Amino acid sequence: MLTDRVILITGASRGIGAATARLCAAQGAKLVLTGFRHGEQLDSLAAELRAAHGGDVLTALYDVADSAAVRGVFQTIFKTHGRLDGLVNNAGMLDDALIGMIARPVTDTVLAVNVAAVIEHIQGAARLMGRRKAGTIVNLASIIGVHGNAGQMVYGASKAAVIGATLSAAKELAPLGIRVNAVAPGFIDTDMTRSLPEETRAKRLASIGLGRAGQPEDVAKVITFLLGDLSAYVTGQVIGVDGGMVI
Amino acid sequence: MELERLKACFRTILNLPDDADCAALKYRDTPTWDSLAHMQLIAEIETVFDIMLDTDEVIGMSDFPTAVGMVKAHDIAIEG
Repeated sequence: MLTDRVILITGASRGIGAATARLCAAQGAKLVLTGFRHGEQLDSLAAELRAAHGGDVLTALYDVADSAAVRGVFQTIFKTHGRLDGLVNNAGMLDDALIGMIARPVTDTVLAVNVAAVIEHIQGAARLMGRRKAGTIVNLASIIGVHGNAGQMVYGASKAAVIGATLSAAKELAPLGIRVNAVAPGFIDTDMTRSLPEETRAKRLASIGLGRAGQPEDVAKVITFLLGDLSAYVTGQVIGVDGGMVI
Repeated sequence: MELERLKACFRTILNLPDDADCAALKYRDTPTWDSLAHMQLIAEIETVFDIMLDTDEVIGMSDFPTAVGMVKAHDIAIEG
């Protein structure tokens, strides 16, 4: 389904990013996987995918909030592949704090990583995709960006911004044949959610209609659908992947 | 040769006559060089010279001489 498509996945070393990389590799995609603090895990994933699928896998370690580094990765993709078919803006961060205790640097950092970096990657991807008048971009929003949650004002704001960016980019890039969508995961079993206090975790699980935490693969399947031709007529959508979670 | 190719990009996208003075072209001063034409111009230059321009270069290409310098910076042997 994704044979020879060149797909860039940010934050690919773990969780949803790694699960998406595995699914895309299994479908024949050529991958560019990026990470920041988990270089060994990223290299190990790349080696696993090359061994399993004989696929073409590039890796890049950089801070997504570093504009020069973002420019560098797109130059690398241009020089290596000359094209880009898919972008998954998965890299993100969570830094919860109650209102009144949110330090300005926390807000700046979360918005830089979760919003500004997404915008920069969309800009780079659109330039490469626009040449071929085709491409698909998937941004990782969150149920928190749609419904909000106590203690997550900054994260919620950042993910709501991702939705706004997605909807605007979808409109602007549709004439170029580029589709832009977002997925809004609910409570997914990742390192991020595993670090929550047991009581909070139990409360969140109880609010999920399907009665279980989502797995990274649950989200990866929807992302992969949006990357491929099965979703050829889908753009400007925010798809919840939350098992019927109520916040 | 390369300079002529760059001039051709501008003349094509900005709908200019063949004898137009490219050296005098300026973003938003030249009537046909608006923001939409700017992005088309960038795409044309990238295709013709097989380069990828950075966002800073896209924003900074405010006139023809800047475009010449920009293309030169991508190791294209362009006169001027």
